[in-house]
Amino acid sequence: MAGYQDYLLHLADNALILAQRNAEWCGHGPILEEDLALGNNALDLIGQARMLYQHVATVRKDGKSSEDLLAFFRDVPDFKNYTLLELPHRTAILPTSAGDRDYGVTMARNFLFSALMVQVWGALEKSSDAQLAAIAAKSHKEVQYHLRHAHDWVLRLGDGTEESHRRMQAAFDYLMPFTQEFWTESAMETAAVKTGAGVDVRAFRAEWEATVADTLQAATLKLPSSVGFVTTGKFGVHSEHLGFVLAEMQSLARAHPEAVW
Amino acid sequence: MTATTALKDWPLWEVFVRSKQGLEHKHCGSLHASDAQHALQMARDVYTRRQEGVSIWVVPSKAITASAPEDKDAMFEPAADKIYRHPTFYDIPEEVGHM
Repeated sequence: MAGYQDYLLHLADNALILAQRNAEWCGHGPILEEDLALGNNALDLIGQARMLYQHVATVRKDGKSSEDLLAFFRDVPDFKNYTLLELPHRTAILPTSAGDRDYGVTMARNFLFSALMVQVWGALEKSSDAQLAAIAAKSHKEVQYHLRHAHDWVLRLGDGTEESHRRMQAAFDYLMPFTQEFWTESAMETAAVKTGAGVDVRAFRAEWEATVADTLQAATLKLPSSVGFVTTGKFGVHSEHLGFVLAEMQSLARAHPEAVW
Repeated sequence: MTATTALKDWPLWEVFVRSKQGLEHKHCGSLHASDAQHALQMARDVYTRRQEGVSIWVVPSKAITASAPEDKDAMFEPAADKIYRHPTFYDIPEEVGHM
């Protein structure tokens, strides 16, 4: 059963960490409308994470697990999100001031992840776990919009000015190798598929690759190769970036445990 | 792209939101966007975050012909003394309800 709980945490952590990253644009969006769009996106993802953490807490029946405990009192090796989702909004190891955030990276990442999650949530609507199926039904609608939003920006920026094209291409060149992690086998996913409650993401690989290839072609971008080191975030072995994300996200809850509004 | 170039390069759109099936679309604001689909998406993110709507229209602002403020007197003043155009001199039966 731990395998299946880990699978739920994997889904929840993916949503929470990407939400935290997207929320970094709050107040810093390139234009007001995009500021709100990213805030909406982050709040959808936080909603998904909350439902999944609550579900894990209920399944555990240990009387002490809660969504807050799972989100704010676990450390880097406990998080099972894809490494892709914890990366800063830039294409290389550069100085990290807020002004260095590249909206192209944000959009490329949201596109790559949403294109996968549209498939995953769609399939999970038929999960044998009724609670997960209900969460999937809600999340599926949200992520369809996230995909549309990111997809349109990939087109606009890829097929935009010389500068926007260059930066969009750099974003995909940088991020694509991280998507290899989607397709690596893990015990938690295997366990979840076995129970009938989870889905095998590798079944969606062909369709995901087709979506990415079609979109990049329409955006006049070259499809970068996804080779090289395969990241291991979902196994709890993360990049150096996750620690900073968690420090910012968890510090308040840790300074004031059990604080309420 | 900075906000100022975006505002300069992107045309202005007027946004109309229908709050419920059967009601009319109401003007709720305007925004800058590069094309109609873009404007629609931005309108969704800006104007329907609190479940304000079930349908959105966007219209290029330049497609709207507006009356000039200085024509206000000539256009609207003549209607001011024609109160007989308001059907307030009739007793409306209760069962008719709101008119």
